[in-house]
Amino acid sequence: MTTQTPVADDAARLAAFEARIAADESIEPKDWMPERYRSQLIRMMSQHAHSEVVGMLPEGNWITRAPSLRRKMILLAKVQDEGGHGLYIYCGTETLGVDRQELVQQLLDGKAKYSSIFNYPTLSWADIGAIGWLVDGAAIVNQTMLAKASYGPYARAMVRICKEENFHKKQGYEFMVTLARGTPAQKAMAQESLNRWWWPSLMMFGPHDADSPNSDELKKWGVKRKSNDELRQRFVNLTIAQVKAIDLTVPDPDLRYDEASGDWITGPIDWDEFWRVVKGHGPCNSERLGARRKAHDEGRWVRDAAMAYAEKQQRNNRETTERQQ
Amino acid sequence: MASPALFPALLRLGDDRLVLGHRTSEWCGHAPILEEDIALANISLDLIGQANLLLQYAGEVEGAGRDQDALAFSRDAMEYRNALLCELPKGDFGVTIARHFFHGLFSVLQWQALSSSKDATVAGIAAKALKESKYHVRHAGEWVIRLGDGTEESHRRAQAAVDQLWPYTGELFMQPTDEAELVADGLVADVSALEGPWRAQVDDVLRRATLTVPETAWMQRGGRVGVHTEHLGHLLAEMQSVARAHPGAQW
Repeated sequence: MTTQTPVADDAARLAAFEARIAADESIEPKDWMPERYRSQLIRMMSQHAHSEVVGMLPEGNWITRAPSLRRKMILLAKVQDEGGHGLYIYCGTETLGVDRQELVQQLLDGKAKYSSIFNYPTLSWADIGAIGWLVDGAAIVNQTMLAKASYGPYARAMVRICKEENFHKKQGYEFMVTLARGTPAQKAMAQESLNRWWWPSLMMFGPHDADSPNSDELKKWGVKRKSNDELRQRFVNLTIAQVKAIDLTVPDPDLRYDEASGDWITGPIDWDEFWRVVKGHGPCNSERLGARRKAHDEGRWVRDAAMAYAEKQQRNNRETTERQQ
Repeated sequence: MASPALFPALLRLGDDRLVLGHRTSEWCGHAPILEEDIALANISLDLIGQANLLLQYAGEVEGAGRDQDALAFSRDAMEYRNALLCELPKGDFGVTIARHFFHGLFSVLQWQALSSSKDATVAGIAAKALKESKYHVRHAGEWVIRLGDGTEESHRRAQAAVDQLWPYTGELFMQPTDEAELVADGLVADVSALEGPWRAQVDDVLRRATLTVPETAWMQRGGRVGVHTEHLGHLLAEMQSVARAHPGAQW
């Protein structure tokens, strides 16, 4: 133990912490960390976990209508993976000294955020392809960066999750290729879906760097390694090539290729829509939260039963042991 | 060369899993805890995977050019051969669990018998499915005990689920008359022989769950010959809606 005063102690610890970040060392659960680092990570990781869980709803909406058994199995496996990611990241968040129930309660109380993309409805079967391709595609760009995050448990979770997300993205694109090369009605379905999901996908990277309140701090501490705009640009470049390959178009009359940078430059993003959905007025915000609350309320008797049964078992085991002594 | 007489038997096997898998998938995102969302999606995926193999093989032995998707998405309710138990609405978690327990236990016994079928494809599918169904029964059986011996409310709900489903369990063990020759040839299992061992295990688990087996004067039937409950038509209307709106399309 050190004999320094608490303040000097904290300053020294912060300096040592920041030196470790600068040296690209991984921060582990038992290591000292600034409270602000801990709270920012809890915020990010729980938002990520909530997004996985809420994200099961728009896709789950089409499981019962998948038009082939193969697609039904792929979709079920994907939604199951998402539940698994949610569970995995909730567990990762618990390493920061917070409990899953508390995080879930924040979601149900409407106090925690989740990815706004899931507040858009899935209106056609093609949306399942578009989500895999665009939404998982955008998530991967983000998560590939997070796999290098300074907090070890998060970075390791991201490595594993990225592998599965990459698979989802490939399946999503293959799904869209099949539709685009299918009947005229299937191709029209694919285009209509791309029209609806394009802009919300670009919004997934968050506000422009100048308007992103948490970005600087997260970058300083090595949680985020690239800015929202850098990641968005990377996604646009990757995706436009794929859109062209299957002869579809994005709903952006201003889209242009910039020779100098090699980037595809999009027209302006409708940030009013972005903030409207973030603030709770998207097409499905109340529906998604309502579905989560309903599942939670209707499942209470099941969770209570599991708890009561476990307690009975413990009591019985204790009594058996006592009798034997 | 597989016998075309296997076709109705394969439909009965496949349709049970397709319809029950479909019902189970309705839970996705709505389960009582995240762990159960994952488990139920996994069970649903197993069942639909089994249906996929069974219906594919059914199409082959029929020899009329229908594949598993044609059989799943282009047949009307009257052509479905699943047991009525599989098509009943998902109900609460208690109903879902009790059904998985009843049908899963039946499936384990059925797959065990079918894994020595003289038809190599059937035996192969049964061997793979047996491992999955054993897991389903373990999962459902543990929950039956937890719910039955949990709280007053969970006991009441679990007993109500058993009471509701019980009259639909008898059909599982009614040997379809058109399978008599297949049974004699060692190609499919005699399901009537499975009832004794099934009942012994059900009694054991229900006793540990402090639940009772209801008295039933009549066991519902009809699914195996295409006479279903009102529920199947709605289930298929939903399941087949996209596929039927685009005849001939590839997905």
